This record gives sequence, structure tokens and C-alpha cells, in this order.
Amino acid sequence: MGHTIVEKILARAGGRAEVSPGDIVEARVDLALANDVTAPLAIDEFEKAGFTKVFDPTKIALVPDHFTPNKDIKAASQNKRMREFARRHDIAHYWEVGRVGIEHVLLPEQGLVAPGDVVIGADSHTCTYGALAAFSTGVGSTDFAAAMAWGRVWLRVPETIRFVYHGRPSRYVGGKDLMLHTIGLIGVDGALYQAMEFTGPAIKRMSVAGRFTMCNMAIEAGAKCGVVGYDETTAAYLQGRPAGSRARDGGVEANSDPDAAFVREIEIDAAAVEPTVSLPHLASNTAPAASLAGITIDQVVIGSCTNGRLEDLRQAAELLRGRKVHPDVRLIILPGTQQVCLDAAADGTMAALIEAGGAFSTPTCGPCLGGHMGVLAEGERAVATTNRNFVGRMGHPASEVYLASPYVAAASAIAGHIATPEMVDAAGVSSGAPDGGRRGVSGGGRS
Amino acid sequence: MIFEGAVHKFGRDVDTDVIIPARYLNTTDPAELASHCMEDIDAGFVARVRPGDIVVAGENFGCGSSREHAPVAIRAAGVSCVVAASFARIFYRNAINTGLPIVICPAAVAGAQAGDRLRVDLATGVVTDLTRDTTYQADAFPAFMRELIAQGGLLPYVKARLDEAAAQ
Repeated sequence: MGHTIVEKILARAGGRAEVSPGDIVEARVDLALANDVTAPLAIDEFEKAGFTKVFDPTKIALVPDHFTPNKDIKAASQNKRMREFARRHDIAHYWEVGRVGIEHVLLPEQGLVAPGDVVIGADSHTCTYGALAAFSTGVGSTDFAAAMAWGRVWLRVPETIRFVYHGRPSRYVGGKDLMLHTIGLIGVDGALYQAMEFTGPAIKRMSVAGRFTMCNMAIEAGAKCGVVGYDETTAAYLQGRPAGSRARDGGVEANSDPDAAFVREIEIDAAAVEPTVSLPHLASNTAPAASLAGITIDQVVIGSCTNGRLEDLRQAAELLRGRKVHPDVRLIILPGTQQVCLDAAADGTMAALIEAGGAFSTPTCGPCLGGHMGVLAEGERAVATTNRNFVGRMGHPASEVYLASPYVAAASAIAGHIATPEMVDAAGVSSGAPDGGRRGVSGGGRS
Repeated sequence: MIFEGAVHKFGRDVDTDVIIPARYLNTTDPAELASHCMEDIDAGFVARVRPGDIVVAGENFGCGSSREHAPVAIRAAGVSCVVAASFARIFYRNAINTGLPIVICPAAVAGAQAGDRLRVDLATGVVTDLTRDTTYQADAFPAFMRELIAQGGLLPYVKARLDEAAAQ
């Protein structure tokens, strides 16, 4: 009987010949991470329990990315606590503002994740690294504290749902649309306690950036992890990064066996998926972007751990170059890392976004979780390439977040309402606001 | 352990952003976190809840963010136990790790109404709605979880393991 990628990784990490879904393993941890929101609580617990030493300072990452640059005195104090701990314990992977990035963009970029690794993070979007054929999952602060001391984590081996994406997605459809569509299909607890393995021709052709976006949102379906098998795209991404040389057996083993047992298999025609939007207040509340053109917006956020990679910003710039952000809309760009900023500056992406009227932020989680740098007021609406649209997620409990791809977000920023790239293309170049800049009453759509 | 209190009832998919909004995550102080517990979906919750009261909710309780501040806020608000039809996985771990008693019992969730007196016996998994004189049987925790709980949570468990290894 064959095994899934996740079963194989957890068997090895747990020191077992093989494991099956439902087994509990105490898995060795290759990388444990936390951020400025979750680490302070973990440090409190670590010290309260009487631990004085971390298991391996080279396998711990502490990333000040949520409320940085420090948004207020309390956040500054939390960051100070984390910084002092990092220094005291010689934590190898700690970055200050100016070098830090959004954790789930930064860590793979720095080459800290290899195929076959077990990664746990005190951040629910830790599931992102499954895109590199690693097992990675979010945990709480106490689990992270235990892993810092012990170098292990207890895990229940999950069943795996296999998703097969057939066909070639249309011009403006990417990983974000496929994932929102998938969550719409199975629901926000459709993969509860399970692993989501993404396969099929559309995944085979997908860039690592698109795969990161899909695995990032596995948690939004309740999953323990998202994962994509190792292939030549993974290999090309790892080339020249430290993790590249660490990939065990050349990474080849990080694939499910042909006779692996899946709890469910779901086939999706990627060619039929439209640019997709999740409406408030659940990621599963999906609709085609084209059907939502009556909904006017106040803010657009492009970036985050979900869509803050160079490819995402380039897609936004593709539409915004030579056009203007709608006068009533605030466009905020959240690049994932300083390297993304430099690359976007070098290839003209940053200039195109700024010339269009967008604000280019330093890397931060910022408004995605209603922290700072773009919080919404009562009654305001945003289109965001982020990952959650819960009540109050980006600010006031009576504000609204619509989740979308960088293409749909950029098109919406130009139009002043939810729009598809095709609508913007059809409206021609320049403003994209056919009534000369003000939104018509008929297009109001406020409810 | 036996808990008894009034039911505060919520629907399905109660996420950690509404349990404790991120705008308050610049602190780890339990009392301060508790003062904002549930404020975005039930602004009167903190004022209404009495020590020992029980939160009863639908499927996928605690979905979303990994913030451990969520179970910490619920417990510090005075809630003795959460009974849900199902829990999101990170919240489930966090509740066990921080000592917030949780029980999975879809039948009790379907039957219990806001304001009912509920009794939860953690050892036997028996949930009794005293107002309606109805009894339900909750799912048992896996053996491994029972051992963790018996040892006082994850960190005492790990500390004992490491101390034992160091002594050898």
C-alpha cells in the first residue's frame, strides 16, 4: 500500500517505517517560527514552564511582521520582548525592520524551507510552505514554545483530499481564483483536520508563486496543510537557495505514491473557473467577479502573505500601467519582502503602481488583520488580495472585505467598483471611470 | 471536573477574529483580552457572562487565526467550558494547551438554548441540560490527549520528558 506525501514526511519525521491517518506522531521539527503577535505569548509560556534553552537556535525563526514598523507603544513593547529573546538565545533567523518581510514570503525566499521538511509556525498561514513539498502547519503559541524547547511537535497524521485541476485556466485566472473557487466548493471546514494535495495539469504548469497562494489558503478550508508534490518547478525555485542543497533524495521522494490512499478525490475544470471573489464574511462565500460590478469600493489592498510576491505585483502593474486608480479609491500595495521591493523597483513594477496612484508600503501584515496601515472605517468596503474576510477583519466590525486575485483587485482599483480585467480592457486606457471620475448613482450598490 | 452554568449560544464558524479582534493583540494580558471577548459579534457578552457560564456553538468553532489569545480571552472572561459541534484544529490544540475545557457534542448544541442551565462532566463526557432535563453523551478525547490533559497540559508534559532524558 502506498502513502501520500504527508504520510511519508510524517513517518520519517516521527521515526516510523510508515504511518496511517489517525496515528499520533512526535515529529522532529526542521523549522519553527512565530511572529510579533504570537511569539511574546510563547516566550511567556516557555519561561514560565522553566525552560532555559532552545533546542537549536538555527531552526527557529522569529519574524516581526504583523504590527511593524511598530504601530504603537504596546506593539513596540511586544517586539522588544521578542528581540531580547532572539538575542539572548542567539536565534539565527531574526530580522529587523529594513530586512524583515512578511514571514510566509520571507522564509522560502531566504531558502529556509526544503521539500520533505516539517515546519510548524505560530501563525495559521504557515501552511504556505506546502508549495515546496514540505509538511507545514499552523499551531498556537504554546505548541511553538514546546517545539522551541523540545524540537518536536505532536501531530495527528491527517487524511489527504486530492484535488485534480484539469485544463488550462483562462488569461486572468490564477492560483488565487482556483483556491477561492475550491473553498467555495467545499466550505470553510470542508477539509477540517485533513491535508489538501493539489495536483493535475493546471498545477503542473503553475508557478511556485501561484502554488504558495493556494497552499496559503488551505487553512481557510479548515485544512491542516496544503501541499504540492516536488517537481522541476520546485527544483528551479530552490536552485541557489540554502534549502536546495538540503532537499533529501533530491526531493523526489516528496510525492505521493501512485497507489496512495486518499480520503476523497475532487476534480475541477480549471478552464471553467472565472476570476472569483469571496464576499463577506466567509472565504467560502464566492461569486464570479463579473457578477459583482455593482459593488463600489473605498480601498484596494494588493499584497500580503497570500499575494505579495513579485509575480502578484507584476500582474497588478500589468493593468495599472498607464491607467489611474479611481479618485474615490485608496490603493495600498503590501510587498512581501525587501527583495520583492527591490525587484519591483528594478523592473518598473513599483513605478507603474505609484504612477497609477497607489501607495507602496514597506512589508507588513498591516491592514490584512486590521492592525494598521490601512484600517477600514464603519461602512467602508475593500477588495483585497489577502486571505480572510471575517467580520471586522480589516477594521470596523461594520466594514467589508472582498477577497480576490491581484488582477481583479487592480481592475477594481481602476473602476472604483468590483471589476474584471476584461471590463477594464474594454473601457480602454486612461482612467477607467467612464463618467469622468465620479461613480454614477446607478453603480452605487451600497446596501 | 464538573462545570455548571448558563448557556451563551453562538452559530457556526465563530472565528478567532471575532473571539478577540486583532486590534487588541498588542497585549498578552488575559484580563485585558477578556474585556474584548466576542465584542464584534456580541457586544454585550462580556457584561452578561457570569463565572462558570458555558459557550455553546455550532460547527468549526475557533476557525481562522492561530492566536492563542482566543482561548485565553474566553477563559479569562469567566467561561468554564465550550461545547461545540466541531472545533477548528488550531483552536482545538490551543484550548487543550491553555487549559480551556472543550467538549464536542453536536446533539447538545442542537438541543441547548441560550439561558439554559448546562452541566458538563468532563470525565464522563456527559452533558446535561438541567433546564430541559435532557442528557447527551460527548465524544471522548483520544488517549494521547487524555494523557496530555492529565499531565497539566503540553508544557508540563514536555518538561517532564526533557527532565527525564537529562537525568539519564
